[in-house]
This record gives sequence, structure tokens and C-alpha cells, in this order.
Amino acid sequence: MDVLDLSRWQFGITTVYHFFFVPITLGLVWFVAAFQTMWVVTGREKYLKLTKFFGKLFLINFALGVVTGIVQEFQFGMNWSDYSRFVGDVFGAPLAMEGLLAFFLESTFLGLWIFGWDRLPKKVHLATIWAAAVGTMLSAYFILAANAWMQHPVGFEVDQDTGRAVLNDIGAVLFQNTAIISFFHTMSASFLVAGTGVAAVGAWFLMKNRQIDIFRPAIKVGAVVTLIAAVAVSITGDIDSKIMVQQQPMKMAAAEALYESTTRAPFSVLTVGDVSGENATPILEIPGLLSYLSTGSFDGTVEGINELQARYETEYGAGNYVPNVPITYWGFRLMIGLGMLGAAWSLWALWRYRGGRNPQKGRLFAFSTLFVMLGPLLGISAGWIFTEMGRQPWVVFGQQLTADGVSPSITATDVWISLIGFTLVYGILAIIEVKLILKYIRAGAPETVVEDPFKDAQSNDKLYFAY
Amino acid sequence: MEFVNVWFILIAVLWIGYFVLDGFDLGVGILLPILGRDDLRRRVMINAIGPVWDGNEVWLLVAGGATFAAFPLWYATMFSGFYLAFFVLLLALILRGVAFEYRSKEDSQSWRNRWDIAIFIGSALPAFLFGVAFGNVIGGSPIEPLPGTDAANAANFNYAGNFFDLLNPFSIAVGLMTLLIFTTHGAIFLALKTSGEVRESARSLIYKIGPLAAVVAVVALLWAQSFSERVAITLPMVLVAALAWLGAIWLTRAGRDGWAFVLSSTTILLAVAALFVGLFPNVMVSSIDSAFNLTIDNASSAGYTLTVMTWVAVIMTPIVVIYQGWTYWVFRKRISTSMIPDQPMAGRSDDRFVSTK
Ligand code: HDD
Ligand code: HEM
Ligand code: HEM
Repeated sequence: MDVLDLSRWQFGITTVYHFFFVPITLGLVWFVAAFQTMWVVTGREKYLKLTKFFGKLFLINFALGVVTGIVQEFQFGMNWSDYSRFVGDVFGAPLAMEGLLAFFLESTFLGLWIFGWDRLPKKVHLATIWAAAVGTMLSAYFILAANAWMQHPVGFEVDQDTGRAVLNDIGAVLFQNTAIISFFHTMSASFLVAGTGVAAVGAWFLMKNRQIDIFRPAIKVGAVVTLIAAVAVSITGDIDSKIMVQQQPMKMAAAEALYESTTRAPFSVLTVGDVSGENATPILEIPGLLSYLSTGSFDGTVEGINELQARYETEYGAGNYVPNVPITYWGFRLMIGLGMLGAAWSLWALWRYRGGRNPQKGRLFAFSTLFVMLGPLLGISAGWIFTEMGRQPWVVFGQQLTADGVSPSITATDVWISLIGFTLVYGILAIIEVKLILKYIRAGAPETVVEDPFKDAQSNDKLYFAY
Repeated sequence: MEFVNVWFILIAVLWIGYFVLDGFDLGVGILLPILGRDDLRRRVMINAIGPVWDGNEVWLLVAGGATFAAFPLWYATMFSGFYLAFFVLLLALILRGVAFEYRSKEDSQSWRNRWDIAIFIGSALPAFLFGVAFGNVIGGSPIEPLPGTDAANAANFNYAGNFFDLLNPFSIAVGLMTLLIFTTHGAIFLALKTSGEVRESARSLIYKIGPLAAVVAVVALLWAQSFSERVAITLPMVLVAALAWLGAIWLTRAGRDGWAFVLSSTTILLAVAALFVGLFPNVMVSSIDSAFNLTIDNASSAGYTLTVMTWVAVIMTPIVVIYQGWTYWVFRKRISTSMIPDQPMAGRSDDRFVSTK
């Protein structure tokens, strides 16, 4: 493999890995903040226990989110230096803003939250977790705006002398519809992931008949959030589809493996055969749905891969402008499918535990509970893999090919070393992380908590030691 | 003043912020096996930096992001050029960050020992490698246009050396300087933030490594004068930095821990500032031909980006400094081994209010 392929593998692996932790952070932090708020407002101990319980899981996850993010920040320069030279003027701005506005906020206030239990007044301490939550959301916004610019570059012109992109409208970069919609879509998807996680953990305790009073509310809150998120994800996904069809029609064509332009195009739920050929056989089709997703009308016409390829060749010169169709096709379906299964499970869980019930039988439910702890997370990754692979061969759509963005000064040996190094370390950390998460889930919520820790702290010279 | 100059200064400020702040918590990490003779002491040391290390590290991320935004060609050439060095640095920072969070999550001595090694390596390597990278930026590294490309366009300037070219004598000297300075700075921070055994051993260590750090730093910084564009300014800065360092050691003797810390921070501030003043208007020096230097003019973004970013930086930096400062105020209390909760941690250390049954 050459430097380009190796760098793509490395970027793909490290980014997908980073994004295992990101949606959990983005969603779970609000649950922790909400539980703590309920505790402060109602004074009921079970909410403090839930705060502690999910707070701990959150921190274990957050640690890996942070350290894998650092790699991302520097990889653009390390492996994609020609890309960085080309886009730095535009792309660096949201990245730097993310640091100044978001990373400082989340890391500083999270430090205060972790260590501040006995050193801050109750309400100030509560405010720190909310500040951290806002920080995580801001960070998502800026990075998604940066990514949206790669999907649909706006607010710039290319300098004829230097050949570099030059920013001329920061508002357009930060607030274009691509950025806004992908923010709402990703945030609601993250709530879906975290919501099913919270509810599934709660259901696990009820199945074990442990700490029922504490975890029943977790199921309810988690499942309800999941259902709302599922609606939001569908609405935003639908809007996103229409925007995408205007900006990157090839991605939608590839997502459906639609080779010829079609009116009243169906959406194939499942297909057998090789979608990268033209002879795949759909086994379940919903008539007109693809046209509806793409154009807002069941009778609309959707452009096919062959027409688009011909059009791009006249526009950009000879070349292959078709992304990897099987990955795009299946990525799209896994995204929707795995996410919606999480929503379906949530409905089931709400029904099963309605009105204080706690049926102990049900292997299928137990099995599906294990599934939803991972399913939606894989779904959200599939969404990203679809979005990013569907943009290929471009790194900045219509402006720079991925092949032209790679660093000219690094060697394949360099990238082999880092690729193997990161993958190994990430693999080991994944095992440790999963072990710890399982351990702390099994340990359950704290059995006893001091009624009012803040009163207790005054009369005690022992301090809160987090580590 | 032109915005490129403002941005050169801002990048210098971000690096100074990073080295002053993360400098001490890297130092504490390096001292972990040296001062942390038992687990209680190690926990005191880690908890002394616990609330702040992550916020400190963000200074690095912002320095990186700001370099990307303001001087994309610098960002691109430096990070791709020093590829393997940054790879090692990133691995170190990964291990270190995870180690702080995970070391007490399992009630087993061998588990904790392993994470303690990660903290040590994860702190010592960056402390050294940052110096090495700076040495190469200032002292020059083999940068030239790619063969067959337009030699007038700085976008073609790439690093042409390999990993071992980075380990030249000057850069190693700068690396040793940052390693020793951060270690001492960490000890000074521990003297300020702890009481009891940890404070005592930190103080006696300052007398031992403080002077050694001074000697290495003076050698490296005087050597750096041979690359400086304006010795008349940078040499006095270096001398004041050295005086501040001696003052820090002396004030430690006198038990004025707070002022000692202020002075060691001043040393770092002046030393890094002197390196940047000596570098200006270059941002990366080519050892092949000064025509291939990356400078604030040929490596920067256009005026519009710099204007936008200046506004963001001017508004946000003071706000960040205020709330980070508040964090230090909240956690101003000294901590010691006697304050550690006596109940077994059993991996539940962040729950003091919880009886572990
Ligand atoms: C939609 C959200 C999202 C996306 C697409 C990304 N990240 Fe991320 N990142 C976050 C959302 C996030 C976060 C929620 O803010 C994190 C995750 C967990 C965490 O600890 O903070 C974070 C952490 C994080 C950190 C550490 C921050 C700290 O020390 O507090 C850095 C440097 C980055 N990210 C950089 C990146 C880069 C350069 C990305 C592009 C490839 C990227 N992230 C994708
Ligand atoms: C966090 C969610 C993300 C995931 C899971 C993800 C995943 C991927 C994957 C799988 C590729 C490889 C595509 C290919 O090479 O065929 C890729 C490419 C790329 N992505 Fe993303 N991405 C994410 C977010 C981002 C963001 C937020 C940015 C920029 C701000 C970004 C920048 C890039 C770049 C520069 C490439 C080109 C390099 C390459 O082709 O490997 N990605 N991404
Ligand atoms: C009816 C359901 C859905 C539809 C119609 C839909 C549609 C889309 C479309 C068209 C994109 C590509 C955007 C682009 O490249 O410009 C996308 C991206 C994405 N989807 Fe979905 N989606 C749905 C459900 C989900 C679910 C359930 C999840 C999470 C489990 C999810 C997670 C994502 C993610 C993370 C991205 C990448 C970020 C982005 O570009 O917004 N989606 N989705």
C-alpha cells in the first residue's frame, strides 16, 4: 500500500474510533446534568445515586474521547499536509474556534465538576456540569461546520497565484445549511445512542431485580429521550437528504446503487447480489420513497450514477467520480436500520415496564437489551462512514481530490509505523475501557450516599479525592 | 500593527501558556516515581494536578489549531515534517491522559503500577520532545521545495530530512532543557500545593535539580543566541530568565512557595518569549537555504481570516483566563496524605460520600 492508502486507513480508523466515544459523551453528559438537577430540585437520594452512577461511566468514556481527539487535531498536518495547505485559511478557523470556545469550557468545568463536590456550593457545582455540557455541544458544532465545508465548500475563493483557498465569508462557513442540518442530525443521533444506552442499563438492573427503585426512572427517561431523538433524527435526515441531493447528488445515487436516472425511484430496503454491479436484485422495495427523500415528491426524478459520472467528467476532467458503492449503500441502510431498532426496543421497554411492572421472563428482551447497548452506536458510525466515503474521491468536494491532499514528505514506512502503533494502542485501550465500563455497570449505583454531602464536607478535613 | 504580527505574538502567547501550565503537570508526572514513594503520596501528587491538567492541555490544542488557522503552511510543514516525533508525542499524551482517569478505577497494586509507568513515560517524553521540536524550528531543519516544483511558492516547502535528523545536538540540548525545567517547575508546584511529606521531598529535590536545570538551560539558551535574529533583545531576556530561576530556588528556601512558583513561571515565560523574538519574522528556519524559510508572510493565512480570528481570540482568551484562574482559586487548598479518605478505594475513589460496604 502507498502513503495515500495507508493514510486513509489511519484517518478512517482513528476517526471512527474517536467517534465511538463522542456520541456517548454528547448525549450522556445531558443525562448526568439532568439527574443532578433532579437531585438538587427534589432532594431525592435516588437521583444523586443515578448522577454518580452515570457520571462515572461518563468519565470513563470521556477520557478516551479526549485522548483520541488530540490525535485528530494534529493528523491533518501530519498526514494531509497538502490538504492543510490548501484549506488552512478556511478550515483552520472553526478548528481554532472549537479550541477557544469549546474545549477550554468542557475540560475546565469538567475538572471543577469532578473535584468540586465538596468545594463548591451545591448550585454552583450543578452549574459546572451544565457548562461542560454546553462545551461538548459547541465543540460538535464547530467541528461539524468544518466538516460541512468539506462536503460543500462555501465562503471562499481560490487564490490564482498560490493555488490556496482563501476565506471571504466566515458567516457562510459557520452557518450554511449543511452545517446546521448535520449538527441537528448528529446531535439527535447522539441522544438516540445515549438514550438507548441509559435505558438498556436500567433494564439490565430490573431484569436482575437489583436496585429497582433507582433504575426504573433511568429506563423511562432513556427510552422517552430515545423516541423523541428517533423522530428528530428522521426529520433532520429527511432534510439532510434533500440538501445532499442538491450538493452531492452522486452520494445519493451511490447510497441507492441507482445507476440510471429514475422517476418515481423506489428505496430498496434490502438487496441481494453485488450492488457495485448493475445486476443486483432488490428483495424489498418501497415505491417512490427515494424520490421523496431526494426531491420531496414521490414522482421526482433521481439522477443515476452513470449520468452523474458523465457530467462530472465534462466538468472536472477525466477520472472516476463514483464512490465505493457497496459501502455507501450498506452504510446508509445500517445507519437507519440500527438506529431505528434502538427506537423500537425503547418502545418495547416502555411497554414492558409500564405502570410499575417488572416481568422477569423474556429471553428475547434480555438479548435485545444487550444488542441496543451497541447497535445504535454502530449505526451512528455507519452514518459517518457513509457520509465520508460517499464524498470520495473528493476530500473537499469539487475542489481537491483526496489523493492530492496527502503529505508529500512522509514515507510509507512512517505511516506503517504510526498506523500499527495507533491501532495497537487503541485496541488495548478498547479492551480496558469495555472491561471498566462493564465493571462499573455491574457494581451498580452506590448503596448509600450521605444525605447532604455539602454539609458533611464542612465538618471534615478530609477532602474530595477523585483520583 | 499588521495582523500577521499579532498572530505571531498570539501563537507565542499560547505556547507560553501551554509551557507554564502543562509544564508543571508534566513535571509532576515525571516526578511520580521519584517523589511518590508509596501509593498515598502518588495519589496526593496526582490529585494536586487532577482538576487542572486537562484544561492545561487544551492550551496545546489551541496552539495547534491557531497555527493551522493563522499559519497553515507552518502547521502543514512542521507536523508532516516531524511526523514520527509527533506520533510518539501523541502516543505519550494518550497514555498519560487515560492513566490519570483509570489508575484508581481498579483496586489492584499492579494495575496502578502499570498506569504510573504510563504517567511517567507519558510526561517525560513530551517534556523532552517539545524542546526537540522547538530546537529544530529555531535552529533550522532541512526544508526545501519539492523537486520539480515552483521554488518561489512556499506551499511547496517540505521537510526533506528523516526522524534522526531531528535529534541534532542543539535540539537535544533544548529538549534536555525543557525536560529539566518542567521537572523542577513541577516540584515547585508540588511545594506550593501540598503539605507534609510530599512537600518536604519536593523542596529538597528543587535544590538538587534546580541548579542542574539552570546550567542546562543557560547552555541551550546561549546556544540559541547564535540563531537569534536580534541578540540585543533576546540575550537580556535570557539573563533575566536565569535570574528569575535562581530567585525561584532561593524563595523555595525561604518557604515562599507562591512567589517561587511565580518566578519559575516567569523563567519559562521569558525563555520561550526569547526564542520567539529570536525567530521572528521566521516561523520555521530552513537549514538548506534561507530562501526556503517559512516566514510570517509566506506561511500565513490571508488578512480576512486573521481579522476574524483576532476578534475571536481577543474576546475569548481573557474569558478563558478568568475561568481557568477561578479553578485554581477553587482548588487553592494544600493537600496532603493525611487528607486522603481512609476507606479502601476499591475503584470507587471518586465517591467519598459513598461507603463501600
Ligand atoms: C460531532 C462531534 C465531534 C466530531 C465529529 C469530532 N469530535 Fe472531537 N470531540 C468531540 C466532538 C466531536 C467532543 C464531544 O467534544 C469530545 C468527545 C469526547 C470528549 O471528551 O470531547 C471531543 C474531543 C476532542 C478533542 C480533545 C478535547 C479536549 O482535550 O477536551 C480534540 C482535540 C478533538 N476532539 C478534535 C477533533 C477533530 C480534529 C475531529 C475531526 C476529525 C473531531 N474531533 C471529530
Ligand atoms: C467523527 C465522525 C467521523 C467519522 C466516523 C469519519 C470517518 C471517515 C472515514 C471512514 C474516512 C475515510 C474515507 C476514505 O478515505 O475513503 C474519512 C475521511 C476524511 N474525513 Fe472524516 N469522519 C468523521 C468526521 C470528520 C470530520 C469532523 C472531519 C473534519 C473536520 C473529517 C475529515 C476527513 C478528512 C480530511 C478525510 C480525508 C482523508 C481520508 O480520505 O481518509 N472527518 N472520514
Ligand atoms: C430516517 C432516518 C434517517 C435518514 C433519512 C438519514 C439521512 C442521512 C443523510 C442523507 C446523511 C448524509 C448527509 C450528507 O452526507 O450530507 C446522514 C448522515 C448521518 N446520519 Fe443519518 N439518517 C437517518 C437516520 C440516522 C440514524 C438513526 C442515525 C444514528 C444512529 C444517523 C446518523 C448519521 C450520522 C452520524 C451522519 C453523519 C453526519 C451528517 O452528515 O449529518 N442517521 N443521514
